[in-house]
Amino acid sequence: MRRRAALPGLGLALGVTWLWLGLIVLVPLSALVLRPWELGLAGVWASVTEPRVVAALGLSFGAALGAALVDLPLGLLIAWVVVRYRFPGRRVLDAAIDLPFALPTAVAGLALTALYAPNGWLGAPLAAMGVTVAFTPLGVAVALAFVGLPFVVRMVEPVLRDLGPEAEEAAAVLGATRWQAWRRVVLPALGPALVSGVALAFARAVGEYGSVIFIAGNRPMESEIAPLLIVARLEQYDYAGAAALGLAMLLLSFVFLVVFGLMQRRLRRGVV
Amino acid sequence: MIEVQGLHLRYGGVAALDGVNLALRAGEFVALLGASGSGKTTLLRSLAGLEFPDAGQVLIEGRDMAAVPARERGVGFVFQNYALFRHMTVFENIAFGLRIKPRRLRPGRAEIVRRVEELLALVRLPGMGGRHPDQLSGGQRQRVALARALAIEPRVLLLDEPFGALDAKVRKELRHWLRGLHDRLGLTSLFVTHDQDEALELADRVAVMRDGRVVQFDTPEALLAAPADAGVAGFLGDAVPIDCVVRDGQAWFEGLPPVAVAGVAEGKAVAFLRPVDLLVEPGAGEARVAAARQDGRGVRLTVETAGMLLEATPAPGWMPRRGEPCRVTALAARVFPA
Repeated sequence: MRRRAALPGLGLALGVTWLWLGLIVLVPLSALVLRPWELGLAGVWASVTEPRVVAALGLSFGAALGAALVDLPLGLLIAWVVVRYRFPGRRVLDAAIDLPFALPTAVAGLALTALYAPNGWLGAPLAAMGVTVAFTPLGVAVALAFVGLPFVVRMVEPVLRDLGPEAEEAAAVLGATRWQAWRRVVLPALGPALVSGVALAFARAVGEYGSVIFIAGNRPMESEIAPLLIVARLEQYDYAGAAALGLAMLLLSFVFLVVFGLMQRRLRRGVV
Repeated sequence: MIEVQGLHLRYGGVAALDGVNLALRAGEFVALLGASGSGKTTLLRSLAGLEFPDAGQVLIEGRDMAAVPARERGVGFVFQNYALFRHMTVFENIAFGLRIKPRRLRPGRAEIVRRVEELLALVRLPGMGGRHPDQLSGGQRQRVALARALAIEPRVLLLDEPFGALDAKVRKELRHWLRGLHDRLGLTSLFVTHDQDEALELADRVAVMRDGRVVQFDTPEALLAAPADAGVAGFLGDAVPIDCVVRDGQAWFEGLPPVAVAGVAEGKAVAFLRPVDLLVEPGAGEARVAAARQDGRGVRLTVETAGMLLEATPAPGWMPRRGEPCRVTALAARVFPA
């Protein structure tokens, strides 16, 4: 006899879940996994170890990681301000956080490029200080930090709100300095959410295209990101080559996300 | 031990504390009793350094606390919802106050373990150090919060609604246990509650708060016998207000025999009568038994007289039946001019 459950519908819900996950995620991904092998194993290997490809992958993943790590303290600070303080314009700030989500990425890219170009509002003073942002790997990281920031803020915000000021007050009454309360009470409680936010920001950044290509300048071996290279191969009808590069990105992303997942599990021990 | 003088605190135009004066003697167990919004939690938080009064003084052991931050006050504070650190084990929660001490004051590792074990035994949670707060029941969390507060060896213990979130049975158990702990450790304790039974049963003295002020501060006996005003009288002991007229040193009621009162101006007045003030005897009279029910504590009796329903105490040895005629005598009343 089948056991009755208080939450019925597992079979149906799970079936629909797998169907959609399969149609939307797994089938396209398996096409990606299957496609490159028409080049043969050696061909795939050669295709993803070209110096230009290696440089692009390095830039894509390096800049994404760097951007996510920049988003970490910045997102934490913004979440903190939005949750803990009441000030005029808080709602506007709160809404503005999500703008990078809503904006077409190409628009963001154009805006960032105009801003950081050698004659732009930020680019000019930076150029005077000897820092070039536009058309360099730094520019790529800036664009990726921009698109990734909302992920960190929105992951941390509910946890911080749930933590409430009381945990810090309790620490203070027990003799903790502000720094000790942060270091030992707030940060550990936020740890899993911070890692999730960084992982999401990173994942988004790795796949980002529109906002980056304008500011990157796309110089091979220097400021060319991997997704651009994929598009370039597609335009040359090199579908298998594009898929090979896509597969490489997929595997690398998977490895990073697994690492983030493990970190999160370690941090989550004991935190509900 | 604790002295509060003329404490004022405004939250955006509303006075949360409006001139609070209070003095606790060393070793006292004092309840801050009041309805929600009366300022009792704000007062407690001001003592701990978590709120900053606009005016007035807080002295703890004779020392002015104005410039002393919360972390240097050395008071124990138990939050209403315990505010345990959820990512830490019970052991780490309790050890927190010891581990964060500056190095020269910090006990050694073995000493910390010993102290925490001792505290766990004290709050009757031996062997629970490895659990996380979410694996504990409400009463257990409460005791962990208490152990954490006691770890820094405070002389003063402040508790915000310490039993608020617990069910009735656990609440009763913990009350007496907490009182015993207070006596054994020689603490000076102040606890916030809105439950008058809790305050009257546990505390040496009760400070009744209303609208940001302490309206009366006295022993439970004195509070019940001589409430400072109609508000306090109405708040305590399930008292029911009944209109009356004071004449010739007596309060005259409709449907009840008069009661002797002293020192109340003649004229219209309000009398507060508790169930224990009203003795009901069987026999012909103008009252009648509206409801009678036996429960764990004895007979609960409601009588009807002159259109009023009053809770009252039956004469010993009499089991009233519904609808039975009876006589009501008021043994005492607290009367205030209307």
